[in-house]
Amino acid sequence: MSMRRLSPVLVMVAGLIGLWYLAAVPMNVHEVLTAAERGGAEVSPPSAMERRDMGNWALVLRNPEHLGASWSSQRPRLPAPHVVLVELYESTIDEELNGRRGLVRSGSLSNRSLVYHGLVTLNATFVGFLIGAGLGILLAVGIVHSRVMDMSVMPWAIVSQTIPIVALAPMIIVVLYSIGVQGLLPKAVISAYLSFFPVVVGMVKGLRSPDGMQLDLMRTYNADAATVLWKLRLPASVPYLFASLKIAIAASLVGAIVGELPVQQGGLGARMLAGSYYGQTAQIWAALLVAAALAAVLVWAIGAAERRALRRMGMMA
Amino acid sequence: MTARPVIQASQLDLTFVTADGPVHALQDVSLDVPPGAFVSFIGPSGCGKTTLLRCIAALETPTGGKLSVNGMTADEARRARAYGYVFQAAGLYPWRTIGRNVALPLEIMGYSKRDQAERVARVLELVELAGFEQKYPWQLSGGMQQRASIARALAFDADILLMDEPFGALDEIVRDRLNEELLRLWARTQKTICFVTHSIPEAVYLSTHIVVMSPRPGRITDVIESPLPAERPLDIRDTPEFIEIAHRVREGLRAGYEE
Repeated sequence: MSMRRLSPVLVMVAGLIGLWYLAAVPMNVHEVLTAAERGGAEVSPPSAMERRDMGNWALVLRNPEHLGASWSSQRPRLPAPHVVLVELYESTIDEELNGRRGLVRSGSLSNRSLVYHGLVTLNATFVGFLIGAGLGILLAVGIVHSRVMDMSVMPWAIVSQTIPIVALAPMIIVVLYSIGVQGLLPKAVISAYLSFFPVVVGMVKGLRSPDGMQLDLMRTYNADAATVLWKLRLPASVPYLFASLKIAIAASLVGAIVGELPVQQGGLGARMLAGSYYGQTAQIWAALLVAAALAAVLVWAIGAAERRALRRMGMMA
Repeated sequence: MTARPVIQASQLDLTFVTADGPVHALQDVSLDVPPGAFVSFIGPSGCGKTTLLRCIAALETPTGGKLSVNGMTADEARRARAYGYVFQAAGLYPWRTIGRNVALPLEIMGYSKRDQAERVARVLELVELAGFEQKYPWQLSGGMQQRASIARALAFDADILLMDEPFGALDEIVRDRLNEELLRLWARTQKTICFVTHSIPEAVYLSTHIVVMSPRPGRITDVIESPLPAERPLDIRDTPEFIEIAHRVREGLRAGYEE
């Protein structure tokens, strides 16, 4: 990437990081002042009760001399970016290299490392994505070929997406558990639940993209519906398919993480919830960063597959 | 004409039901097309020339009258793959090479791989696109794309070629050359061609029979059998015979308007 394209991105990132450091001051001021008081320093006002009822900015203005600790607080509400990065390093590379349960000492990934939890989430994401995309394509083919399915499936598909997934996820897990299904599959089901919808919508549009003339041409060859699907509709839908797969893979990741929240058997979602139970905000942020990086890589991978496929089909120079 | 007509229409009617009431696309259309003829349908927009062609192709169903193609009903003829159809736009599949586009009907009709390759090579040569087999449609000019679509219609060697304003979107220079090529191709293949156009010179230059049509309701006002020789260089368009036929076509079109 050239410097010309990179520099606005860098400026934007630098601005956000600056804002983050700035925001850490009022966010953490209560904890910072409590810690300073315990350390014997004089803070204003001295009463913890009084401080509790005061606004963050007011405390910041009255105690400028104690604010240096804002970015190194033990239990910050908003950890500073470098604290998150340190946590990220400690819970990935450091844990695997030097940890008692790490890859180097034990020969398997540590269950305290984000590498391990990231892979758990990735597994569920992939299985969910495959189920969701497959289901989406099948439903779209059905919808395009059957009027009954067109009228009946589409409204339900839309309704399914109006239910908040955090409300639905525990129910899916409980219902599947009661019939003996647990582990990876319930998470994959939740993941598929989120990812099938964009695929249905995109594929229906793609399968219907051939115009009247192209369908008439097939009619002059006396081609049956299966031939029209295979030779015309499916190839014509490929660009639409990839556009919706990009949305679907990101949705799959979100689904897998949400599915991990109620179960607490590993995964980035479990780490985030554990972090919030124990007030380890840096741990939440580190897990969040790993999730965001995973999403970026997954979407990029679909984009790479798209470019490859379209080039092979001769639709891209 | 002693030979049995390839296409026979008698008192054909077609009424479309629309929200604004019925539209008489065709009314009382009767026509015999002898084997090996080159028939042009000419008329202003809305005269039903394309609709008539689509009826012959069984892409539309007439609401009245009788229509036979190769001695069968139009739909039976379609099922028997009796005709190749060339649309206004080339409509090549962007994900297929020219060769694979031309092979599309052959794949669908179950020709063997070797048969496909042989036929593709032959028809591409016929439309002077030999050597472009591996190119993708976007690498070709509009005229070349339309030639490829003609090759696609010729690939399975149906006796009838139906062409719906195939050169309508092309510039005049390309169009002249394609007209010349089409005549040569017709002479070599001995097919029966039905050709929709709204260009008088094109109709007169190409046809053995010119069917003049007029709108509201769509009907035939005149059928002109061309006295021009089979061998037609482009400059035949400057001869008195040519100009006379063109004049008669124009008169027919005008008469259709004034009624």
